[in-house]
Amino acid sequence: MVTDQMATNLARLNVPPSVATSQEMTGTLKAEAQNLNFYYGGFHALKNTNLPVYERKVTALIGPSGCGKSTFLRCFNRMHDLYPGNRYEGRIMLYPDQINLLDPTVDPIEVRMRISMVFQKPNPFPKSIYENVAYGLRVRGEHNRGRIAKNVEQALRSAALWDEVKDRLDEPAFNLSGGQQQRVCIARALATDPEILLFDEPTSALDPIATASIEQLISDLKERVTILIVTHNLQQAVRVSDYTAYMYLGELIEFGLTNNLFIKPEKKQTEDYLTGRFG
Amino acid sequence: MSPIDAVHSAPIADTVVTPRFKRRLFRHVKERVIESILLLLALVAVATTVAIVAILVHESAGFFEEVSLREFLTGTVWSPLFENPRYGVLPLVSGTVTVAGIALAVALPLGTITAIYLSEFAPHWVRETVKPILELLEAVPGVVFGYFALLLLTPLLQDTLLPGLPGFNMLAPALVIGVMIVPYVASVSEDAMRAVPMSMREGSYAMGATRLQTAVRVVTPAATSGIVAAYVLAASRAVGETMVVAIAAGLQPNFTFNPMEQAATITAYIVQVSQGDLPHGSLGYQSIFAVGLTLALMTLGFNIAGHWLRKRFREVY
Ligand SMILES: Nc1ncnc2c1ncn2[C@@H]1O[C@H](COP(=O)(O)OP(=O)(O)O)[C@@H](O)[C@H]1O
Ligand SMILES: [Mg+2]
Repeated sequence: MVTDQMATNLARLNVPPSVATSQEMTGTLKAEAQNLNFYYGGFHALKNTNLPVYERKVTALIGPSGCGKSTFLRCFNRMHDLYPGNRYEGRIMLYPDQINLLDPTVDPIEVRMRISMVFQKPNPFPKSIYENVAYGLRVRGEHNRGRIAKNVEQALRSAALWDEVKDRLDEPAFNLSGGQQQRVCIARALATDPEILLFDEPTSALDPIATASIEQLISDLKERVTILIVTHNLQQAVRVSDYTAYMYLGELIEFGLTNNLFIKPEKKQTEDYLTGRFG
Repeated sequence: MSPIDAVHSAPIADTVVTPRFKRRLFRHVKERVIESILLLLALVAVATTVAIVAILVHESAGFFEEVSLREFLTGTVWSPLFENPRYGVLPLVSGTVTVAGIALAVALPLGTITAIYLSEFAPHWVRETVKPILELLEAVPGVVFGYFALLLLTPLLQDTLLPGLPGFNMLAPALVIGVMIVPYVASVSEDAMRAVPMSMREGSYAMGATRLQTAVRVVTPAATSGIVAAYVLAASRAVGETMVVAIAAGLQPNFTFNPMEQAATITAYIVQVSQGDLPHGSLGYQSIFAVGLTLALMTLGFNIAGHWLRKRFREVY
């Protein structure tokens, strides 16, 4: 049932009604969280969460602050392994390999080489623009200058930054604006050709113009790579994502095609959150 | 009176002074008093520094009336206490440079590696145990280290690696000074590395970097400005360290860069001479100030270089 409230929301979000109706949940699975639990020491932060991640689609995670979106995202590249006391339970399957990313025998470094991440606040390294983008290749032991130069250029082009920086590749990345720094970080993540890109509120520290360019970039990137994005901005979820998952207090409440979820959430909780946020 | 004070005090004059206003007035006065005391203390420090420089320059001026700057800077014999005194500062400079150079060659790599280990690798409890111990080591007086060099390290070196080493030499005190300033380099560098935000490390790990790669390629460059500061302070301390050399290096001004020989450094000469009773105003007495000024200029040079390097590497997170 499409409530009046929801219809108003859609109008405000500029979603054409034709798009907003009936889409099948199809596609190839790239990854899937299965009964995933996560603990920060004694704190149970993710409770039995399940989520499919479709290949070359954008999946958005929404929900109130503190509900576990970042925690969930950071399971995918085993970021939690960096801190003592953290514990995973359940599985995150990666396809087509059919390996469980969380298996203790799987090397987290291996995982991070295939699944890259872009953070909330741009975090370039104290290096030149070029060396920032080349970083992933260098830590993988790539020495061939030609190959590195080629990948750096490609990554910067994919991050829509090449034209702006091609004459100043040797300048420190810190000299760039916030939006440009975030695109350097995206280029850095792309240079190693990851299978999945994780974005944790990538535009929350940026102005509207930089935000728009990053959103455009995300829409372009899904041609090549599977994307999982956390966002606190519902309009952004609607603009960039194909699928959306709503989380609340460590639980994954509802998952569906973005348009379906926004027009006609199945769960009352989701609807309350959406109307609360839009209304 | 600043404009702000005027605004504050004006209404008090022609309104009824309530208890609240009184409290405010009292607080205002109290703050004024505290500010003045702080300013006074700061002025004492500044005045002392100015006085030291003035005395150094003044006494040195007397010295340079008798000895030409040319002889001072190029002479290779320093024998102010002999019948026929010679005032070439090079032997003292060579001793200082040799000792400080060896000490830094020990202290900088060891200190940096210790800092990297403590900041990036050590488990919490190791860091919490080792850091206070390092800071304690910093507090051990130089005399103790001096006798350690003279009575333990030199004999040890003579018995093992260097049978021909004389009892007084520059090597042992230099090595000991090096070890002595490791904690200093380590703790200042470690502070700088710990100040590097976690988000930067996470960026590196997220690219598939190992702990070592993250420490060496990201954290260390990000902390460069603080690490350089640690190096400059270490260099100043190595050059200025007195007691260890005075005790273990022999107090013989000797124009050589060979650490196996005995020699004196600038500071060692200063303690040696100030122990004797040189008449105030004599040339020997004034020579202390001339070499002291030389040392001050050397240290100033380090600090300027360090300042420049820090600016060059200053990182904004
Ligand atoms: N390092 C941590 N240790 C303990 N609790 C944490 C840690 N990080 C996050 N949490 C808690 O886990 C919950 C989910 O946090 P997070 O995933 O950051 O939420 P979100 O990204 O949705 O805002 C919150 O209650 C938060 O307080
Ligand atoms: Mg978050």
